[in-house]
Amino acid sequence: MRIPPQLERIWPSMPVIGALLFTSVLLLLFGASPLESYAAMWEGAFGTQAKLLSVIAFWIPLVFSSAGLLLTFKAGLWNIGIEGQIILGSIGASWVALNVDAPSYLLIPLAILASMIAGALWAALTGLLKTRGGVHEIFGGLALNNLAIILTNFLISGPWQPPEGGTFRGTQPFQDGVLLPRFADSRFSPLSLVLLVVAYGLVVLALRNTFWGLKLKALGQNARSAFLLGVSSNREAVIAMMFCGALAGLGGGVRVLSWFDSLRQSISGGIGYLSLLVVMLAQFRLLWVPLIALFFSVVLNGSITLQLRTQLHSSLGGILTGITVLFMLLFGDAKRLGFNTLSEEDDDE
Amino acid sequence: MRVELNNIRKSFGSVHANDGISMTLESGRVYGLLGQNGAGKSTLMKILAGYQSADSGEIRLNETLTQFDSPAAALRAGIGMLYQDPLDFPPFSVLENFQLGRREGIFLDQKTASRELLALGKRYNFDVDLDERISNLSPGERQQLELIRLLAGGANVLILDEPTTGISSEQKQQLFDSIRKLAREENKTVILVSHKLSEVQELCDHVFVLREGQLAGKSEIPCPMDKLVKLMFAKMPPRSKRPAYKFGQAVLDVRDLHVETYRLRTENLNFSVRAGEVLGLAGLEGSGQDLLIKALAGLLTPKSGEVLLRGEDITRRPFHQRQRAGIAYVASGRLEEGLIADLSLVEHMVLSTEKPGFLVNWERAGEATQDRIAKYQVVGQPASRAKQLSGGNQQRFLFAMLKPALKLILMEHPTRGLDIRSANWIWDLLNKRRDEDTAIIFYSADLDEVIERSDRIAAFSGGVMSRMVNAAETSVDELGHLIGGQQ
Amino acid sequence: MSDELIGIIASILLQASPLIIAVCGETLTERVGVVNLSLDGSMLLSAMTGFIAAYKTGNLAFGFLMAAAVGAFFALIVALASIRLRQSQVAVGFVLTLLGDDLSAFLGQNFTRLPGPTVQKLAIPGLADIPILGPILFQQNLIVYFAILLTFATWWWLFKSRPGLRLRSVGERPEAAFARGVDVNRVRYLYTLIGGGLVGVAGAAYSLGVKIGWSEGHTRGLGWIALAIVIFGGWSPIRGALGAILFGATKALATVLQRTFPEVSVVAFNALPWLLMILVLLVVSSDITDRLIALSPRPMQRPLRRLLKVSPPKALGTELVEG
Repeated sequence: MRIPPQLERIWPSMPVIGALLFTSVLLLLFGASPLESYAAMWEGAFGTQAKLLSVIAFWIPLVFSSAGLLLTFKAGLWNIGIEGQIILGSIGASWVALNVDAPSYLLIPLAILASMIAGALWAALTGLLKTRGGVHEIFGGLALNNLAIILTNFLISGPWQPPEGGTFRGTQPFQDGVLLPRFADSRFSPLSLVLLVVAYGLVVLALRNTFWGLKLKALGQNARSAFLLGVSSNREAVIAMMFCGALAGLGGGVRVLSWFDSLRQSISGGIGYLSLLVVMLAQFRLLWVPLIALFFSVVLNGSITLQLRTQLHSSLGGILTGITVLFMLLFGDAKRLGFNTLSEEDDDE
Repeated sequence: MRVELNNIRKSFGSVHANDGISMTLESGRVYGLLGQNGAGKSTLMKILAGYQSADSGEIRLNETLTQFDSPAAALRAGIGMLYQDPLDFPPFSVLENFQLGRREGIFLDQKTASRELLALGKRYNFDVDLDERISNLSPGERQQLELIRLLAGGANVLILDEPTTGISSEQKQQLFDSIRKLAREENKTVILVSHKLSEVQELCDHVFVLREGQLAGKSEIPCPMDKLVKLMFAKMPPRSKRPAYKFGQAVLDVRDLHVETYRLRTENLNFSVRAGEVLGLAGLEGSGQDLLIKALAGLLTPKSGEVLLRGEDITRRPFHQRQRAGIAYVASGRLEEGLIADLSLVEHMVLSTEKPGFLVNWERAGEATQDRIAKYQVVGQPASRAKQLSGGNQQRFLFAMLKPALKLILMEHPTRGLDIRSANWIWDLLNKRRDEDTAIIFYSADLDEVIERSDRIAAFSGGVMSRMVNAAETSVDELGHLIGGQQ
Repeated sequence: MSDELIGIIASILLQASPLIIAVCGETLTERVGVVNLSLDGSMLLSAMTGFIAAYKTGNLAFGFLMAAAVGAFFALIVALASIRLRQSQVAVGFVLTLLGDDLSAFLGQNFTRLPGPTVQKLAIPGLADIPILGPILFQQNLIVYFAILLTFATWWWLFKSRPGLRLRSVGERPEAAFARGVDVNRVRYLYTLIGGGLVGVAGAAYSLGVKIGWSEGHTRGLGWIALAIVIFGGWSPIRGALGAILFGATKALATVLQRTFPEVSVVAFNALPWLLMILVLLVVSSDITDRLIALSPRPMQRPLRRLLKVSPPKALGTELVEG
């Protein structure tokens, strides 16, 4: 069977279109008009300046952890533990915020450093469990995610509970000096954007132009050949995990230092799992990662407005992103479906 | 059962593995099937046993034209094949392994199956412990079990693929007794695929010899050894004139080395290789030469013995340390071991650089790669991915990646898949390295290559390393005997 | 034995039952070489589906049936993606995990915290009156009886039946299984679907009998626990069931400890199951265990290895080639 060339050109956008159709059917089932719902989502993301800034503020930690995952995916690792690494980053920053007294210009760098170190060490645990203990990174990471959540709950209901008593909701608001300067009363901090641009640039540089990035690539594609070419796989795997953890931790730090002003329950907001989807969808196209993350951020923030307006559960946003990635995995490659495409012949040359 | 193979052809790409082979096999006889690596023996037998289908040609069993689409169908038709590495299930018990594939209902009829298995074991003089796990058995025992399973499944034609590799001599005698019994008393047709001339002489009634996908000849047994050797190896290759090298001091000393895997052991290895010397290892695939090369590379830990590199003990050093100490290893499986399919040539080249630094200057690396692939005549661009190269170019590229000033190069099948001109090129470049005091140890399936390129040659047979012979003075006859396991 | 202790043990068994069902299902799937990583999501979605189906029709059996269908459907996606499209089983399974979670939250949003039909206790006449054993084993609901029977049935099927022999051969050495006349892909589809169906039943077992009702994230985390127990259980249903009970016991122990040490934060005890998960996976897969076993007296080594170490089916998770 041969796909008509017109269809082939739009094939890459098929997963998104398919996912929109799927969610439309869901909306119809619940008696909602898809068009109105999407309009509500659009408005929820772009309706006001505040909403747009919210989208960007949510997008920033998402890109931090996606950038980290670019490193671990490159090395062939399934760093599902990223969720926990974000949480530990939040905890690290919170520790500085609650325990250190210093002027702002010292406090902020210290909090950010602490978030990166905490995230990196938490990631190193998963890496060591895998390389030294033979525990697959999916299971090690997942258990550590849950332990990170429990640790947060323990802290906010125990040692770090507000003076008025533990409520399970969060610590007391941090001192002002540690909070990232925010833009126009929003949750968006321009400083975090600067950090993001630098961090993302470094990741792109690492992947494209460093020897280390090349080693990760070799390791992820063929560990046996990489070994014979001189790459020490266990060491590189743990280092990749730690860099990823540092970036995710930085994202977690941004969450507590600008999105919130305290350590809260479910502090990560599912950003870690979402970033796994971002990177899967992007398939290592580095410039696509921020764009896909932006799309996801729009969808998720929009679906919160949707819930407020129509009482429909905000998980619709998660469904839309999840189905997009699933359709991409199942139908994204027309060749695997057994169709003949024009590009196939080019590939065989 | 009478088996007729008529004009069987099978090609893999441009290689004619079977190029019109015909033969007739009668029941109650034991046939030997001889040939070098790549002569087409296993392809032919896989076609007969239902693992592969022929491109053309026909198979007749007792005059009836037959076709099978699977090994199970072949066994139903009465043809069973015993692999060197038996197709059994290591975690299963002996009884379970026997029962898999039998036609029974939902319930496993353990009683009948055990009775049958024990009876067969008794008939062929083999102790069966029904509850033992397959993984705890020796290779010989696993073969016996597989043989019994094939017989119970109704095999009238038995194909045995190199059955004596890695089994003890008592087990070998036991196996041979069973085979004789099967042919003489039970009228089975037995085909023994082997490279060991003495075994063929000992066991078979007739022998067929394949060479380069064709039937080179057949004979009754006994038959003079020299005749078989000539049929197998054709004639001595013309030896190109080589400059005489002056060898330096010993680069590598191997003392009492003992290397062992589950399948095979090779021990009492004692030899030295001098700077600038080329040592070629001959022998059928999997006879022990691969274990030696891997142990020298640091990929297999020896059981005992010593390996000295320029007098320094490296026996326990891991692979990467040996790499840094100046040992290079070129593996045989290009895209599995050595190259990374989706990485570009520049990326490979950078990975194999000694001290690459933190940042990679892709422009400079690209130029360096361009120079190198031009020098090694690799058809491709620096940006080409490894998988886009043809097999020969992949091989040349592996050599292009070798670091300068090496002490020792270890190679598996260095020129497999290359045309003569490219092979000459590679060897010219390798020979230049001899001036830099690099020693080379390699093995190859191509006996001509071993003879032509080596200074000294040792042959492996069933894990035993032969004496060293001088490549310039040896003959195909002498090597044929050594490869066949005779000293 | 005090009544309280008996009560605790009986409740551990009840709590463990859905996990046992899921573990049996996934064990069957992994034994043919396929990893269905979507358990956490498919259990959530099937718990939701099972609840609503039973709630709407008042028919429990219908609820279980629909839940099984959902589980089997997710498994079908994993099977198609890995066998037919040769996609990464992990990627597809992981996306389905997240998707199942979100879908269950969305589709079940109007059915949260409602009283629904529940599987009733059914004492088995005669057996229920046996002291100690009676209250623990025979005064339970059908889910517990099903889980116990399923454990032994799965074990029997895997290790004592002819189809079980064929199914194990596929996960162990597909090329050899093919040589013995086994249709490798058919067997893979079949058991991936059956395994997924059982996972669905496990989901409904929560919402209809063990953790009654539906709420967002109702069984979140339990699918991952089940996946870990499959490994800990060494791909054997009986050992897996023991693992599930051990997990339940840890949770019960946490509750008891909490009562004994009220000064320690509640949440600290919640960490126990996850610490246990890391620990047991470490024990069964680490080289360190091998080295420790090698230090023990020789006659002890083999039983110790059987007790502590597990090895997966050889072909598990490898790229499947359609042949």
